[in-house]
Amino acid sequence: MTYLAKSPWIVHYNASSCNGCDIEILAALTPVFDVERFGIINTGNPKHADILLCTGSVNEQNKVPLKNVYDQMPEPKVVIAIGICAATGGIFRECYNVQGGIDKVIPVDVFVPGCAARPESIIDGVVTALGILEKKRAAMLQKGSAEGTKAGETV
Amino acid sequence: MTKQIIVPFGPQHPVLPEPIHIDLVLEDERVVDAIPSIGYIHRGFEKLVEKREFTEYVYIAERTCGICSFIHGATYCQGIEQIMNIDVPERAQYLRVIWSEFSRLHSHLLWLGLFADAFGFENLFMGAWKTREKVLDFMEETTGGRVIQGTSKVGGVRRDISSERLDRMTKDLDDLDREMKELTDVFLHDDSVRHRLRNVGTISRNDAYHLGAVGPTARGSGVAIDLRKSGYGAYDRLNVQVVTDSCGDCYSRCAVRAKELFTSTDLIRQAVKKIPEGPIDVKVTGAPDGEYFMRAEQPRGELVHYLKGNGSKFLVRSRIRTPTLTNIPPLIKMLQGCELADVPVIVLSIDPCISCTER
Repeated sequence: MTYLAKSPWIVHYNASSCNGCDIEILAALTPVFDVERFGIINTGNPKHADILLCTGSVNEQNKVPLKNVYDQMPEPKVVIAIGICAATGGIFRECYNVQGGIDKVIPVDVFVPGCAARPESIIDGVVTALGILEKKRAAMLQKGSAEGTKAGETV
Repeated sequence: MTKQIIVPFGPQHPVLPEPIHIDLVLEDERVVDAIPSIGYIHRGFEKLVEKREFTEYVYIAERTCGICSFIHGATYCQGIEQIMNIDVPERAQYLRVIWSEFSRLHSHLLWLGLFADAFGFENLFMGAWKTREKVLDFMEETTGGRVIQGTSKVGGVRRDISSERLDRMTKDLDDLDREMKELTDVFLHDDSVRHRLRNVGTISRNDAYHLGAVGPTARGSGVAIDLRKSGYGAYDRLNVQVVTDSCGDCYSRCAVRAKELFTSTDLIRQAVKKIPEGPIDVKVTGAPDGEYFMRAEQPRGELVHYLKGNGSKFLVRSRIRTPTLTNIPPLIKMLQGCELADVPVIVLSIDPCISCTER
């Protein structure tokens, strides 16, 4: 386990969700669930973040801001789609203004089910994401050393 | 004249749990104008009434907003019941009041926490959310859901609360009251909090009234409007106290919500005392034919569900007007003339709920 996985920073973006999953994300960060004890910190700045937590079914106007937040995050990064809306559009999938899932706009690594997703399952999703984050980092380092940079160097 | 610059605020911003965009027109550090643009959460589910049966639409109405979900569901059901002249059993009406007031407690505690975070008091934020978990535990115990309950249905409610649980509730409420008292004492009497909030984002009683402020935003400016006073559901049999404050600044709006926590626990106590035994639902036959404006008090203010049916299983029109929408014009008025550093606090002081607003 590297320092990256020991203290991942998350950024949260609400892409047309009903708020239910969003407040459960915040609940996971506050006492009782308290993921901060594992070193997971919520940041408002995408440039500081390793993990993007996304909720909601993504509407027309939200596509660009969501893509912007994703693009601003440094590599390696992991995207977690939280709630059933973020996976398929859920209860809103037949609405005229929704895209039907985060993966229609940006690549998603982990899907967390539920409406609203429970804090326990959100924490489980983040833990799963940490493994993926490690793999992505290892792949990046390997690619870097193949191209001549030393392991551990910023790629 | 000083040169004007425009600073964009949102859609992604640390203090905003939801996306809203405001263009702040600045002269030096002072905000001279604020231009909001919304639409980041618009899903367009009001049109889904044409595809979902009116009994199924309750679930969608509930997901208008995850924070005040129960009240949305209950208001929709009450609207349909009014069109169809359904006599809802007393016990169901009281249960709706109990869950509505617990929703209000959870919403206000959530807001107090976010507000503390916005003015930079991290510890208080965590404290408020810790207390809120107790309210959510109750929700989960009685309905099965933490934030989305799904217990309201056309013709009554889906679940009952056993009388033993109701008996125990008085003690639980006393514990909750004690914890909330400790919490609100900091909000109301701490010098640094007062210093941060007094005379920030002031709006006069007249402006608040004429710009259509509702809920705690209006009550913080001394406009005593509270839909619960109109006595929908079982509220006409309970003694509802309207909390107001006269200054109209961020501190007043915070004080109104802090004090409303205790009126909510008081209402639950009254409801627990008066709740009669009996059935919790009635069988619903037929379909709604007619239209109705159902108004209810949400944690953020007056909520309106307009429903129109033509005698078929599918409604013709549903229109939801939520409190945050009417609170945006007063917000713009508050922002004019404030300092840039106060913008996050002022925006949060109306308790914006963007999912509701844009539907």
